[in-house]
Amino acid sequence: MTPYRIGSGAGYAGDRIDPALDLAERGELDALVFECLAERTIALAQLRRASDPQAGYDPMLQARMRAVLPACVRNGVTVITNMGAANPMAAGQAVLDVARELGLSRLRVAVVTGDDVLPWMLANDAPLMDSPDTVRSLDGRLISANAYLGADALLPALQADVNVIITGRVADPSLFVAPLMAHFGWAADDWHRLGQGLLVGHLLECAAQVSGGYLADPGHVDVPDLHRVGFPLAEVSADGSAVVTKLPGTGGRVDRLSCTAQLLYEVEDPAHYLQADVVGDFSQVRFSELAPDRVQAQGASGHARPEQLKATLGYRDGFIGEGQISYAGPGARARGELALSILRQRLDDATLSHGLRGLEHRAELIGVNAMHGPQLGADREPYEVRVRLAVRCATRAQAEALGQEVEALYLNGPAGGGGVTQSVREVIAAASALVPRSAVHARCDILEWTP
Amino acid sequence: MSMSEAPGSPQQARAPSGGSAVHQMTRVGVGSGRTLRDIALARSGDKGNRATLSVIALNPADYPTLERLLTAERVQAHFAGVVHGTVQRHTLPHLGAVHFVMFDALGGGVTRSLALDAHGKTLSAAVLDLPL
Repeated sequence: MTPYRIGSGAGYAGDRIDPALDLAERGELDALVFECLAERTIALAQLRRASDPQAGYDPMLQARMRAVLPACVRNGVTVITNMGAANPMAAGQAVLDVARELGLSRLRVAVVTGDDVLPWMLANDAPLMDSPDTVRSLDGRLISANAYLGADALLPALQADVNVIITGRVADPSLFVAPLMAHFGWAADDWHRLGQGLLVGHLLECAAQVSGGYLADPGHVDVPDLHRVGFPLAEVSADGSAVVTKLPGTGGRVDRLSCTAQLLYEVEDPAHYLQADVVGDFSQVRFSELAPDRVQAQGASGHARPEQLKATLGYRDGFIGEGQISYAGPGARARGELALSILRQRLDDATLSHGLRGLEHRAELIGVNAMHGPQLGADREPYEVRVRLAVRCATRAQAEALGQEVEALYLNGPAGGGGVTQSVREVIAAASALVPRSAVHARCDILEWTP
Repeated sequence: MSMSEAPGSPQQARAPSGGSAVHQMTRVGVGSGRTLRDIALARSGDKGNRATLSVIALNPADYPTLERLLTAERVQAHFAGVVHGTVQRHTLPHLGAVHFVMFDALGGGVTRSLALDAHGKTLSAAVLDLPL
């Protein structure tokens, strides 16, 4: 059996489009996966949908589809993506519109839904993970609750001969595991092969992070041509072993280092990687460099999948107000520290703080201690520093007042301050809870465009 | 002052216990000799309020040095004031890698943290400063 060729077209919502197009054109792929949903993306998308029923899917959906669909349809590449976010059905319709615009002769789109578990969460007051509280503690602030669907939710779509599969929340690696299950006929309890499939999904889901992106440290770890880094693809065999590679002529590197860095990325215990389809065991994974930019990945296994699915809950959590101002040249650090001290004195003063007193905050110097605090390298003298004050606020007005406090350092603070910026953002925070599989009902609808 | 100081704010410069010893250790690495950066690369990631940190030997032959140098205790001490919880270590000798999970490390988690680097992405580089 020839290997199944699966590529990664995006590792996050804003990722580059040109490497995905390259894969669609030259990759000889069976499937191209776009993973575009971060933890709180659905909550933000749900807010957009609330103000416009046709919105709530990834704003870059049309641009990506316009770029890759002609090549994908021509080459028989199935597009799989979670860009449906909070509104997969509207996203499916939008893809049909793109097909019409492009003058495609036919396009079939599968829309997978069922991840929305907000009603169940409210009705059952589930306990929150990593917290002593329950869902009810978020009462009035809760925006969304979406279960991480597994590969099983995508199988009907894969059996329906479609060009594009659009989902909302699906466990990231399941977007890759599903087409492997469908193609090779892996059983839903073949934990060993599913563990290997999970490895493929995990290695590919962050796109260039396995092919040389996020790796370079000049003089120590050099990576060629990052301006045109190639996105990865895997050639997967029926037993689940895979070769990870990238297209000839692209930048980046695929080797033991790039693969190991991605293998462990955001995994806690490598022997128990909890995912919707399988509890993966990556502890015995081995990488063999077969040729330049070709790495064999094998040795993953797995155990029975968790009884419950994880869900992410998005909720409103106040505002963060932030202000920044720079100081440079001799004494930059001392002037920056004076600026921080002035800000602290004002925030701490009952009459001067304008309601900002007592709020949780961070006051720091970018260039000195903003990343790692006072103990790691903060003794090195910088040429320039940037004062940063960020405060957690209950209201937008408070957050705006904070920015004005920093701006006032122009005329009222130390000498030579410049480049003030201020920002206010509403915090949409994420919490997690478990939901029984029996309470999650995945569904697949097929949409079709024909002229 | 009445406000709670976030980790890393200048006010805490003299606070956490054991901090000065770590400080000295770091300075030795800065001024002289080789550091972890000469033999390894690192990548960090986020999981709720926990940070993951992988350190991978550039040459697999250097793995024993990583395993000896990077105990969970050493890493926890290095990140004192940044990581407020415990540190767990996983060793993967066949991959030349040691892997850490650092608890209470991300200011409440990416989505609500006040930190500029809410994901803790830059934590990876800090560990490379350790002297060999």
